[in-house]
Amino acid sequence: MSEYILEMRNITKEFPGVTALSNVTFKVKKGEIHALVGENGAGKSTLMNVLSGIYPYGSYSGDIIYKGQECRFRTIRDSEAVGIAIIHQELALSPYLTIAENIFLGNERAKHGIIDWDETNKEATELLKTVGLNEKCSTQVRNIGVGKQQLVEIAKALGKKCELLILDEPTAALNDDDSEHLLNLLKRLNKEQGLTCIMISHKLHEVLSIANSITVLRDGKTIETLDNSVPVSENRIIKGMVGRELTDRFPKHTPKIGEVGFEIRNWTVYDPLNEERIVIDNVNMKFRKGEIVGLAGLMGAGRTELAMSVFGRAYGTKISGTLIKDGKEIVLHNVEQAIENGIAYVTEDRKQAGLIHIQDIKSNITLANLKQITNGFVVNEDEEIVIGKEYRERFNIKSTSVFQKVGNLSGGNQQKVVLSKWIFAAPDVLILDEPTRGIDVGAKYEIYKIILQLADAGKCVIVISSELVEILGITDRLYIMNEGRVVGEMKTSEATQEEIMSIIIRSSAGR
Amino acid sequence: MKKMKEFINSNIRQYGMIFALVVIMILFIIITGGKLIWPRNVSMLVRQNAYVLILAIGMMFCILTGGNVDLSVGSIVALVSAMSGMLTTTMGLPSWFAILISLITGLLAGIWQGFWIAFVKVPPFITTLSGMLIFRGIDNLILNGQTLPLSGLYVTIGTGSVPDILPNTIPEFLRVGDFLKLQNKPEYLNATMLFVGFILSIVYVFVVFLTRKSKKARGYEVPSMQSVIAKVIAFFIIINIFSYWLAMDEGLPIMLILLVALYAIYTFIATKTIPGRHVYAMGGNLKAAELSGVNTKKMMFLVYSNMGLLAGVAGIVTAGRLMAASPNVGQSFELDAIGACFIGGASATGGVGTIWGAVVGAFIMGVMNNGMSIIGLNVFWQSIAKGMVVLLAVAFDMYSKSKSRLG
Repeated sequence: MSEYILEMRNITKEFPGVTALSNVTFKVKKGEIHALVGENGAGKSTLMNVLSGIYPYGSYSGDIIYKGQECRFRTIRDSEAVGIAIIHQELALSPYLTIAENIFLGNERAKHGIIDWDETNKEATELLKTVGLNEKCSTQVRNIGVGKQQLVEIAKALGKKCELLILDEPTAALNDDDSEHLLNLLKRLNKEQGLTCIMISHKLHEVLSIANSITVLRDGKTIETLDNSVPVSENRIIKGMVGRELTDRFPKHTPKIGEVGFEIRNWTVYDPLNEERIVIDNVNMKFRKGEIVGLAGLMGAGRTELAMSVFGRAYGTKISGTLIKDGKEIVLHNVEQAIENGIAYVTEDRKQAGLIHIQDIKSNITLANLKQITNGFVVNEDEEIVIGKEYRERFNIKSTSVFQKVGNLSGGNQQKVVLSKWIFAAPDVLILDEPTRGIDVGAKYEIYKIILQLADAGKCVIVISSELVEILGITDRLYIMNEGRVVGEMKTSEATQEEIMSIIIRSSAGR
Repeated sequence: MKKMKEFINSNIRQYGMIFALVVIMILFIIITGGKLIWPRNVSMLVRQNAYVLILAIGMMFCILTGGNVDLSVGSIVALVSAMSGMLTTTMGLPSWFAILISLITGLLAGIWQGFWIAFVKVPPFITTLSGMLIFRGIDNLILNGQTLPLSGLYVTIGTGSVPDILPNTIPEFLRVGDFLKLQNKPEYLNATMLFVGFILSIVYVFVVFLTRKSKKARGYEVPSMQSVIAKVIAFFIIINIFSYWLAMDEGLPIMLILLVALYAIYTFIATKTIPGRHVYAMGGNLKAAELSGVNTKKMMFLVYSNMGLLAGVAGIVTAGRLMAASPNVGQSFELDAIGACFIGGASATGGVGTIWGAVVGAFIMGVMNNGMSIIGLNVFWQSIAKGMVVLLAVAFDMYSKSKSRLG
């Protein structure tokens, strides 16, 4: 047997109108952690779907050699049978089932068709120990956080006796602590059990810290495979991903800051599910025109809740406080009024709350401001096409036409559609919640340029981001939030990652 | 060639529907020995199935909001016809007034359900299931098991035609119906019907070309000339043949005017107005629509109120055609309407579907209803056949979606 556990040779996969993979060759050594990187739409997920049998044998061309055998997977069950498991970006757990039930879902511990619950629970408990998850196996999955759910997924894969584990963006939805825990677990499983891993990730620092080899895909082609035993630099990978050197991750910009355009005073919000729990505690903030203000904080600091409660009470209950725009108080009871008053909120959850996937680009762009293209009562569809085209060109939305369904676009281009929608709504205050989440390096740069243009047009821009590098790179001033309160404010030019983290930690400890 | 294929792929649903309608029509023409398209039967088909079309238009909006349905429409039809019977026969009110009150009754029934659905968040399925029982009960209370006769304006709407104001003006050579042996009274052609059909088709042609020209002048994108011409010619021919057919019978049914008007109004609302666009957006992604400023509560309320109003219209039409208010009218109407929408390409999860689709679906239902009645198939088999067609239509929808990978 060769040193490779997996060889994918000359894989080509075509969709109507697009070649997603062309002649891709991808080799994974036994017992290594192999990272697969590339821009959105480079073909990483497609390649893994081919490998795991989601795209059945015959729908692609090329060979898959696993442990020296040629494989022709027709379904996921085929690939699982030989020990390949895939964990998708969107977790596939059933929320109302317990951890144990989820771990053995589709792989039930049964005798003569009757489930053996004792065996199920015993094995589940062992698996939980292996992945270091300190929860009872009878807990319902909806009651544990995303980070822990990710561990349950891994336990589930291990329960299937998997030898090759594929993880698609495993840390995308996790905070730094959970990410680190997960990565350590992967390293440990790799060392102790000889588990081979393929990991798709956009977070290059994670890739560098954990992977033995790194394969770069671009436009459906294999660009190179790098050996990480001789340390590779981030720029080296980025060069492979985008085909050029990115000297600056953030565009250069000189801010033109004006007077205060928007102000939040004494803002307090309670949890709609638990009216006793305070989520936002007496927050005061000021935003100047032309200024980009960052909201830094850990997950659960209340930044999204703050933004949504301001945005026409889209979140929260028992909301109190005042909003001042251009020196006048505004009262917003619903999203419609918020939009009318020139406030826009770009959601962090593009897929669930940002876009209508079955509709085309132009209808998504105009949705929040249909009045603009309505004369009296009638929507002018021709004008809509013109507007769609204008934004498609302006923001370089890669698509066949404005009639393309947004569900078929890559993440970066979807985000550009969401931004177009809110820019078309012509707001004065723009709240961007994780504007570059799940987006590749090249597209991020373009999104940053759009954000800067908006600030230069005299809008108040508020950026919420979990990536401190991003906050430091793009904003002019920042607020630090923790546990629903503002715990710090500083000019970005005077801030460092360490200082922000220490302010957050001190504020938690002081409570 | 490749472009052609893409075009067909992206339009397979739309053309698939019409294809299915044509196939089913040909099938029934053959097995009824041509009786299905006797002019008499064509105008019967329009009258007898008008309720499906009217209900399907309203139902399409319910489905668009997110795969929701209204199970109560059959009972509202019954309630409205009972109201009509009570107001005219028992209380002796003029029929125009009774129609007005009956329509308001339908609207109120819709508002009642809209309130529970939109503001109390009772799922539509449950609200309308309860409505189905409640309104049927009220209907029975009003009629108390009796059947009341209806007359006047009701009967005119239900069975009447526009009188021929240009009698015997059609030259002999145009009476090809005689030659085709297609009808029972070949000596007559309704000139008014022919005239109206012809004028309508000419107006249609002008409107299409004028809009295209004005769009072009304002710099908007327009479809290619060939495709426009092909479409215009096809519709021109279809409108005129259809009006010729009706002219061989009693002429223009008043019901047809009502149907065309409803179709035009609701297509306009669905495609050209903000509420219409908001309904589509809700069905596509409720959360995203809410965060884009769509007032989803208000939309749900409006959609179900409107459904009640349309069920009222269907009730008046049905009562008029039967010339009576009977307690058991309208049973399983909701299923005909829902079936028509799904046959017509509505997505079971919402956000996809057109009024045009509902019309084609209603026609398929109508052709099947009448075709099977003509050959004297017993109602049990009719029910099985309709069930199978609904199932196959949706199965075809799923299949074509998986093929085109759009959806």
